[in-house]
Amino acid sequence: MTDQVSTKKPGDVREGGSLPQAGGGVALLRGLVRQKELSIVIATIAVAIYFSVSSTGFNNADNYHTIAQFFAPWAIVAAGEVMLLICGEIDLSAGFVFTLSPFVLMSFYNGGTPLFLALILALVVCALIGTVNGFIRTRFNIPSFIVTLGMYFLIEGISLLMSNGAPVSAPTSGWVVSVFGHSRWSELIWVLIIVVVMQTILSATRFGIYTQAVGGNAIGAAESGIRSNLIKIVNFSISSTLAGFGGILDGMRTGSFDPTNGGPTTMFLAVAAAVIGGTALLGGSGTVVGALFGAILLGIVFDGFNLQGVSANSFDVVLGIAILVAMLLNVYLSYLRRRVSR
Amino acid sequence: MTSDGEATVPANEAKDGVVTSSEAPDVIRVEHISKKFGPVQALADISLHVRKGEILGLIGDNGAGKSTLIKILTGFHRPDGGRILFEGEETRFKSVVHARSMGIETVYQDLALVNDLPVYLNLHLNKEVVFRGVPFLRRQQMKKAAREALDTIGINIPSVTSPVAALSGGQRQAIAVARSVHSNAKLLLLDEPLAAMGAKEGGLILRLLDQLKQRGDLAIVLIAHNYSQVVDVCDRVNLLQHGEITFDKPSRETSVAELLELVHAEYRLSATSTESNS
Repeated sequence: MTDQVSTKKPGDVREGGSLPQAGGGVALLRGLVRQKELSIVIATIAVAIYFSVSSTGFNNADNYHTIAQFFAPWAIVAAGEVMLLICGEIDLSAGFVFTLSPFVLMSFYNGGTPLFLALILALVVCALIGTVNGFIRTRFNIPSFIVTLGMYFLIEGISLLMSNGAPVSAPTSGWVVSVFGHSRWSELIWVLIIVVVMQTILSATRFGIYTQAVGGNAIGAAESGIRSNLIKIVNFSISSTLAGFGGILDGMRTGSFDPTNGGPTTMFLAVAAAVIGGTALLGGSGTVVGALFGAILLGIVFDGFNLQGVSANSFDVVLGIAILVAMLLNVYLSYLRRRVSR
Repeated sequence: MTSDGEATVPANEAKDGVVTSSEAPDVIRVEHISKKFGPVQALADISLHVRKGEILGLIGDNGAGKSTLIKILTGFHRPDGGRILFEGEETRFKSVVHARSMGIETVYQDLALVNDLPVYLNLHLNKEVVFRGVPFLRRQQMKKAAREALDTIGINIPSVTSPVAALSGGQRQAIAVARSVHSNAKLLLLDEPLAAMGAKEGGLILRLLDQLKQRGDLAIVLIAHNYSQVVDVCDRVNLLQHGEITFDKPSRETSVAELLELVHAEYRLSATSTESNS
């Protein structure tokens, strides 16, 4: 699984080509320092090797599937959060949009809308929630932390009202169910599609460059004529839509839409995955691929601890340490990167 | 248009005759501009002009009105009175975007560069090149164009793919200048490009300005605090005091000592005046 993803990397490592040609080892070290994601990829592989050696039952398709189940929701929500973090914002409400969207889908579906159309409409509702977040953020200049905190409770409340606080069965038959989460690897395939699409948008389109510019130097971007408010609103909308899509996929996979799914755990793990994957919390830089590896790393650790019978509580200890180490590395690496580039 | 520009050069500027660029037409000419912010008279009566291929040094104390004047020239503020002639034609700048579309570019002190983006993307910021039909960036073409643009005006940057954060202050300033020139500027306004820069860094910018001057198609206004650099690189120096241009001489006819004396005189006046206000 890691191999599949890493083959997509070279397209993104264009900058390496312009480096002065150095000896193999030195070049690798330089690459390590300049490409933030490389360090997280290596950490992920190292952790995978550790668990393969130390616990039987790690290396088989069933366990890979279990790992994918863990990290898929985090990776999908993280793909949107990365875009927002890069442009200097955050979406705390994404976790509850993840919770809400299946119930929106069900209310359309129960009203007689075909399932596929109900899914699309649910995503449109999620996109609108994100647009409202972005509009309040930019129009009234309220920090996104506050705006999306309000939306967090609002959406949580609506989810509880719509579900009456109890899980409902998801539809179980038809191609829509199979494609969107129910067939064995469908959730993982969607993760890969989303990561590839979002990474391409981020690194190969003007919108992606503007997202980085708005987060890196808001005044400068505005002076160059970039419409930074619009860029932010669109990213809020993307983040919300992806979170909603993740919620639907996850519910379809388990066959049940549960109001206790998602929420702050999913959202914060997604942000953690993004940060571990090299996204700067203050904006300006980051990659979707990095966030995917951050999510995979967390998934492997979570799964490995389960296999070894370590209590789930220690997972949080490891998570906390991982975030702190990632942040320290981030700061130290950006210092190194400056020196290497000179 | 150009002949109009030449025609508007008044006789009292004849003392500029020794300066080589004096034959060139004015790119911008400002006549009796004034600007008030509430009770504050920021600009009282400003008249200045810059010719094609000329570097005008603009000096003055903090609060003298330099930034207000720059903001009027860039279309950010509208003047209360007076008129602006751009390339000989009377013009009212509706907005910064409007002024920029006419070829007025400003390099601000905050530089407007994005540190995490590589040099070539900064040079193309909001002017990115994409493939026809597909919205994907043409990175190779932009790298090549950036390299050419930097080479043309003689900026030596090891790699156009390094992030701007990896460059020194002088190199960053040079990139910002290059970006403005790259977009077909006719008038370049530089707001203290030499502030907080060491001698070596400052030298880089001064050489760059000299190279831009050699091209002969640009008019440059340089706001600076270091008088020796102003006298060194500028063709003409204007001193702005209390919203008025009180001094206008070709730099070869003035000296650092004279400029210092003028400004010191103002300090002494302020110190003795009982009604001194900024």
